[in-house]
Amino acid sequence: MLKGRSLIDPSDFTREEFREIFDLAHQIIENPEKFNKSCEGKILATLFYEPSTRTRFSFEAAMLRLGGTFIGFSEPNSSSTAKGENIADTIRTIECYADIAVMRHPKEGAPKVADQYITMPLINAGDGGHQHPTQTLTDILTIERLKGGVENKTYGFCGDLKFGRTVHSLIKFLSNYEGVKFILISPEELRVPEYIREEIIKKKNIPFEEVEKMEPYMGELDFLYMTRVQKERFFNEEDYVRLKDRFILDNEKMKHAKPDTYILHPLPRVNEISLEVDCDPRAQYFAQAKNGMYVRMALILKLLGLK
Amino acid sequence: MLEITSIEKGIVIDHIPAGYGIQLFNYLKLDKADYTVALIFNAFSKKMGRKDIIKINNEIDIDYNFLGLINANITVNIIDKGTISKKVKLEVPTTVTNIIRCKNPRCITSIENYFNQQFHLVDKEKHSYRCEYCDDIVVPFPR
Repeated sequence: MLKGRSLIDPSDFTREEFREIFDLAHQIIENPEKFNKSCEGKILATLFYEPSTRTRFSFEAAMLRLGGTFIGFSEPNSSSTAKGENIADTIRTIECYADIAVMRHPKEGAPKVADQYITMPLINAGDGGHQHPTQTLTDILTIERLKGGVENKTYGFCGDLKFGRTVHSLIKFLSNYEGVKFILISPEELRVPEYIREEIIKKKNIPFEEVEKMEPYMGELDFLYMTRVQKERFFNEEDYVRLKDRFILDNEKMKHAKPDTYILHPLPRVNEISLEVDCDPRAQYFAQAKNGMYVRMALILKLLGLK
Repeated sequence: MLEITSIEKGIVIDHIPAGYGIQLFNYLKLDKADYTVALIFNAFSKKMGRKDIIKINNEIDIDYNFLGLINANITVNIIDKGTISKKVKLEVPTTVTNIIRCKNPRCITSIENYFNQQFHLVDKEKHSYRCEYCDDIVVPFPR
């Protein structure tokens, strides 16, 4: 039963519960009109303490397409946070006005703290370099639509795997499925955090390799998940400049990939995928962004217990 | 050989890894004690080489979780009428609350701290713990 629950971490729901969400998302894609009044009279609060385009817009669009409406802020300076209000007080106040809330915050664990103070459903829309579970829903829905399922596949993750919260959430999710293998491509400084390597990948005996070159592994992959080196996660500008252009996917590198190796990216992209790759049918990151709205519609419906 | 007289009623915390005695002494706020307390550094130990010992000439409440967090091999003897009346067996705590703080500058606990600071045991051998909020792994008391 997902009604009334929160999604803070990919481990909050079981495989069966995620299945319910994906099945509903597929239904919405097939017949979106059927759901355009499902959330009539309901209000979604969007609390974005950090800038966002896709995630915020997709949540807001999702709620509008379900017939509901939204309130919120898109940067903390326009809220009581600027006056020094803590997260617990902000979320308790918002609960007085909304039925469900979405929170993005630059500090890791902020949505988990907020969730302790409310009973309405709360969705983590990204907390620092930690987790981004609804991006994972987006990624999985895209994978399912492209290849039917997530099992028995090799996934390449490339770029900033240390602070890339979308990578952490996706690895955490995929690690519950049989036959998955990970190729983790990053500079040494941006490898996955210890808790992901030790607590998730190794504990679940998932085959993985940590490598620093993309080309030799392109031919093995079913999906290549590219990520941006995020300037906002670095305390030191020099480190960012040194690492930001380390991996750039272009048509030359795409020649090493299989005809059905799909390229995913949570977006926004800077220059880690050359624009020329966009014309390749294997580039699926914009389809991914659209799926994000549908899967968020499904999530909102499930957490509100609506059909 | 330095001799510290035995106590009549109180607690002896023995086999503290050398160097951690002062942290334990401070955590138990023994610097504020109005009863006799002995903190012994670098005592000889057959098993450990060097160890610290704390003798407290009073009955006080002790957070055994903190002791277990430092090292589960620490021994705690409750003394009554000059003899050991009880030996407390310590365990490595699976969860610790409000004892250690997360050092990850990106963690929410670095800017807000009105809620419990919890850590969960990850690896008993490595003595590592995971922050409840950011999942950062710390080894609070390295062996």
